[in-house]
Amino acid sequence: MALVDVRNLTRIFDVSKPWLNRVVERRQKSYLTAVSDVSFEIAERSVYALVGESGSGKSTIGKMLVGLLGPSTGAVEIRGTDLARETDAAKVDAIRRDIQMIFQDPFASLNPRWRVRDIIVEPVAARGGDTEGMAERLLEQVGLSARDAGKFPHEFSGGQRQRICIARALASEPKLIVCDEPTSALDVSVQAQVLNLMSDLKESFGLTYLFISHDLTVVQHMADRIGVLYLGRLVEEAGPDELFDDPKHPYTQMLLAAAPQLDSFGREVPPPTGEIPDPINPPAGCAYHPRCPMAAAICSEKRPDMQDIRGARVACHMAE
Amino acid sequence: MSDPVLSIRDLTVEIPTRHGILRPVSGVSYDIAAGEILGVVGESGAGKSMAGNAVIGLLNPPAHIASGEIQVRGTRIDQLKGDAMRRLRGKEIGMVFQDPLTSLNPLLRIGDQLTETMLAHLDISRAEADRRAVAALEEVGIPGAAERVGSYPHEFSGGMRQRVVIALALCAEPSLIIADEPTTALDVSVQAQIIALLKKLCRERGTAVMLITHDMGVIAEAADRVAVMYAGKLAELGPVRDVITAPHHPYTDGLMGSTPLASRGKDRLHQIPGAMPRLDALPEGCAFHPRCPRVQEACCVSPGPRIEDGAGRAACLFPLTREAVA
Repeated sequence: MALVDVRNLTRIFDVSKPWLNRVVERRQKSYLTAVSDVSFEIAERSVYALVGESGSGKSTIGKMLVGLLGPSTGAVEIRGTDLARETDAAKVDAIRRDIQMIFQDPFASLNPRWRVRDIIVEPVAARGGDTEGMAERLLEQVGLSARDAGKFPHEFSGGQRQRICIARALASEPKLIVCDEPTSALDVSVQAQVLNLMSDLKESFGLTYLFISHDLTVVQHMADRIGVLYLGRLVEEAGPDELFDDPKHPYTQMLLAAAPQLDSFGREVPPPTGEIPDPINPPAGCAYHPRCPMAAAICSEKRPDMQDIRGARVACHMAE
Repeated sequence: MSDPVLSIRDLTVEIPTRHGILRPVSGVSYDIAAGEILGVVGESGAGKSMAGNAVIGLLNPPAHIASGEIQVRGTRIDQLKGDAMRRLRGKEIGMVFQDPLTSLNPLLRIGDQLTETMLAHLDISRAEADRRAVAALEEVGIPGAAERVGSYPHEFSGGMRQRVVIALALCAEPSLIIADEPTTALDVSVQAQIIALLKKLCRERGTAVMLITHDMGVIAEAADRVAVMYAGKLAELGPVRDVITAPHHPYTDGLMGSTPLASRGKDRLHQIPGAMPRLDALPEGCAFHPRCPRVQEACCVSPGPRIEDGAGRAACLFPLTREAVA
């Protein structure tokens, strides 16, 4: 059984103006569909990556997985338990313990007034666990020194702080770690260190990652399975080799063509046209059709279903 | 080759502090020719933005140019003060910053921001400036330019805003544009659009561009030559293809190795141990030597050869000398 099972997940935010403005300006309530009918599974001990541009809903899905946000409709099941609906508090607590999160900005996600030791053991201490020597042990596992436990976050560089965040995520011995752009704020050489560390820890702790990123090369390096999001919808899902060698959705093709490559000297390709549409008024049918070179009449009428094509799942009428 | 548009010689920027003098830029020399895009690449703190700010005279005191020369089209500009510098900024040198929202005035219509710049620098009438504002927006690819001149910055998307900033940098027809991380805040598809735009404008108008970025992919795609900076010094300077396919400096080599690449598959990434030294604790000799896999005794003493433009590629005593892969 898959560790995580996301089924028809939808999240709608109310972005209406305040009541009085709506009355005076005669406006309707407005809703933003951040995530729309997304389904995927994450196998145990694998890395599932979500890629997409800003506003594609990748972080919202991550937050719903850890329970920071509730789904509007649909469900996230972890080991067959839906955390949003499960009523048995003990069961919920046991599963919560198995999920941790690493955030993008290591400067904002560590409390500047706490010592590193207290930061790291907090997930365990909050549940009344035994934390003796834990911080020191974890610090060494993430490549820092045990003496660093008594320091404050400001004494560390960005890469070192991200290691502290990883140590904190490991403290409660989780099964699943949701990593929301864990290396986007880091320089390339430091990013390489952190990515290698995450791969090593995955092996030694038997972890499962949901890896959220906008960087296709990082995703290709890390992931076992990749989901491409566009405007809150999953447009394609495939393994890294299939996705990069044989992208089937026109949006994926556009993304891959647009990503700068190290070997693309003086490349002259026509840049992609258009921009991501307004998520409050998404286009009818396939959300990508106004920018799509292959768009036909049906694309603006009917939202495409997921279909299996050569080892990938693709939501496109034209894909074959 | 004609005379370079920008010529930097031995530029050193110093910041006096209570604990001694910091040198975020130290002995940097390079030229940019008309119509050329020079990519300046490096990690945070390498001094790449500081060098750009020094050229346009936007160093925040107490940072100042301690020595060296900056020439734009043969005129020395590093000693200009106040008004003289202000006349030059915008007229000779245009600037594109990372965040398009903070580089536009939110209270002015974009048309007014464009005409203000042009009226300040060019000897043209108000009507002519209005006409040129529309033309400038059309040139950077803003649809419906004639109507959009009356819009405020918040009415544009991020990519469109960056286009407006580029139009603003170009409207007084400068000979040099300094683009400091112009695409970092943007999505990949929009980034590709902006890079294509910069390349097109550079080619059509013969504008020299200093493209400051941390993204090697962007450099590979856009730049003609690349300058790699490390801890305030030039580590390597050369044509972009040569530097990327056959780096001479071990730092450049390490930087390439740590970039995830399709062809490398899922092997471990090469990592450079440690981090860039702090400016107040630069090691003796070559600043890279504590992290360098090829370090020898001489590296701990001598800072390695200086890169003068045209002579020498890497500031390294023991450069990697592989043949470039054609």
